[in-house]
Amino acid sequence: MTPLLEIRDLHAEIAGGRKIINGMNLTINPGEVHAIMGPNGAGKSTLSYVLSGKPGYEVTGGEVIFRGVNLLELSPDERAAQGLFLCFQYPLEIPGVSNMAFLHTAANSQRKQRGEPELTSPELVRKVRELGKKLGIDTDMLKRPVNVGFSGGEKKRNETLQMMLLEPYLSILDEADSGLDIDALKVVSNGVNLMRSPERSMLVITHYQRLLDYIVPDVVHVFAAGRIVHTGGKELALELEATGYAQYQNEAA
Amino acid sequence: MAADVRLMKTAAELALADAFASVKSTLPGGADVAAQREAAFETFAEAGLPHRRVESWRYTDLRALLREAPPLAPAPGTEALARAVAACPMLAGIDARRLYVVNGTFAPDISDLANLEPGLSVASLAQVLGSGSPLAAQIGKTVPSTDAALALNTAFMGDGVVISLAEGASLSRPLHLVFVTTEAGVTATFTRSLLVMGKGASALVLESHEGPAGAAYQVNTALEAVVGEGANLERLKITAEGDEALHISTLLAQVEAGAKFANANFTVGGATIRNQLLVQLAGENIDASLSGVSLIADKQHADTMLTVEHIAPNCQSREQFRAVLDGYAQDIFQGRISVRPGAQKTDARMMSRALLLSDTAESDNKPELEIFADDVQCGHGCTTGSLDQQLKFYMMARGIPEKEVEALLIQAFVGEVIDAIGHEGVRVALADATRNWLIERK
Repeated sequence: MTPLLEIRDLHAEIAGGRKIINGMNLTINPGEVHAIMGPNGAGKSTLSYVLSGKPGYEVTGGEVIFRGVNLLELSPDERAAQGLFLCFQYPLEIPGVSNMAFLHTAANSQRKQRGEPELTSPELVRKVRELGKKLGIDTDMLKRPVNVGFSGGEKKRNETLQMMLLEPYLSILDEADSGLDIDALKVVSNGVNLMRSPERSMLVITHYQRLLDYIVPDVVHVFAAGRIVHTGGKELALELEATGYAQYQNEAA
Repeated sequence: MAADVRLMKTAAELALADAFASVKSTLPGGADVAAQREAAFETFAEAGLPHRRVESWRYTDLRALLREAPPLAPAPGTEALARAVAACPMLAGIDARRLYVVNGTFAPDISDLANLEPGLSVASLAQVLGSGSPLAAQIGKTVPSTDAALALNTAFMGDGVVISLAEGASLSRPLHLVFVTTEAGVTATFTRSLLVMGKGASALVLESHEGPAGAAYQVNTALEAVVGEGANLERLKITAEGDEALHISTLLAQVEAGAKFANANFTVGGATIRNQLLVQLAGENIDASLSGVSLIADKQHADTMLTVEHIAPNCQSREQFRAVLDGYAQDIFQGRISVRPGAQKTDARMMSRALLLSDTAESDNKPELEIFADDVQCGHGCTTGSLDQQLKFYMMARGIPEKEVEALLIQAFVGEVIDAIGHEGVRVALADATRNWLIERK
């Protein structure tokens, strides 16, 4: 099977600063859900930013191959068009740009880059409304500016809506559970689970095991000091909940 | 020494004095208008061209900018008129009654003067000044000011449009005053227009100013507007002059009780653009809004100076200004809300925001509140910044290319002002003009 994502000996640092990713290797096959767990400051969020191309991070070694292309050579929008989606820990507010217009622009920008026919307004509106129903996002929220005045839970549901509309091959969920109450967590997890398919993969970044009760991973990795120090099955998450990260931090050092 | 400074006249000041002496006898109006011109020129001569030490002109040093006094533009020939008709493509989609002022002269032959709505009258300023019409007496009386650029306008005013709208009259379509400079030479025009609206009258007045690229022509234009009791005036002024032009504009507005007044400026063209807005809220329960968008690049310089005087109690005013700057452009906003004694329950809020697209652009903001009443709500704020990098990344991570992300954010930024405009066609025209500016920016 051709891997969907292959990270080989990746090294990265904050531009002009500290080294954060330190010789990381990871292979994700189509259809797999991987969880990355680790203590605060291990570099988990940095990993998500390096993969999605956020400015301000410098890759100093290694490579990342996504669906056969060198991901690191692409701009963030090109990475998205290739099928990479980062579900933000703290989604941003975009005053003056309506949610629906934003979704329309995003969906069609990706289609244009891939050489696919663009969606018409009625097609898009219908699709978005259907997805909105599943996620408890009403028409009013679609008309409002993106995330402006949304609660933490509404923002995460909105992220999930974007993900479901854009149908990425790989979704990176960065602390998807932060700021969510249990009901919102269920809604978001249901959305993510609906996306699971033999072609689609997920990389779930979290500190806590709780989220993994809802989004059950195939593989769990322990991430410490900028690389994966231990890998196991879904039971590893429960083990970590009991023992904490200390033993692996020593391993990394 | 300071007292003697005015003895050192600049070349431009001397040339203006010579020009006034030689053309004043040819300018329209009788003896009283001539006296008004003399008095205005005297006001100008005492102060001289405004410079950096004149607070309201602090950021636009007219004395340094003006090297000479260009000759007055000649009246347009048939060829110029033919070209003028195609002016202002930006508003071409709006069905409006278009009135043309070409090279500083009202052009009735190409203006739409047929079937004027009941209560509407239109005349040229030259005609009104020469006829002793009661409207002539209003010129220079609307809002008192000793501003030097306005004084020059009064001294040299050659022509313009005089519009009156009778009590209760309303227009079936907008009026569009089209000011065009057609000649690619170095000329000057001084136009003065007047709009007098009776009780309860209502109008949308569009005004556009444009001219050729590559010509250092000068435009000094002024509009006096009397908005009667309960009247409703919405005005939009588009400044799209040629890339070397100097454009100075003054709005003098007197607003009466219960009236609604909304003024918007949209500035895209010209080398140096100065918009002066002097507004008096003279009666109670006025709803006033002053707004502006500047989209400037290269070495363009746009300066907005406004004073809103709350004279009577229970009025509301909103001032909303947005500037987007690229290259070496400079945008200035100097706004003053002045609340006179007794203007209790005034509710005034002023906000100016600048978005810098380059490291070399400059924005200067000087909001002022001057309050002499003790039961008012006044506020002001200003921001200057660049596009939010985090926000750009968020949007790009959804697949939108960088240039499109920037365009979306810039349109949203100016959209806060454009979306507040009442007329849908105008909103669409300005949104399109913003998009075109972004495309040309490359």
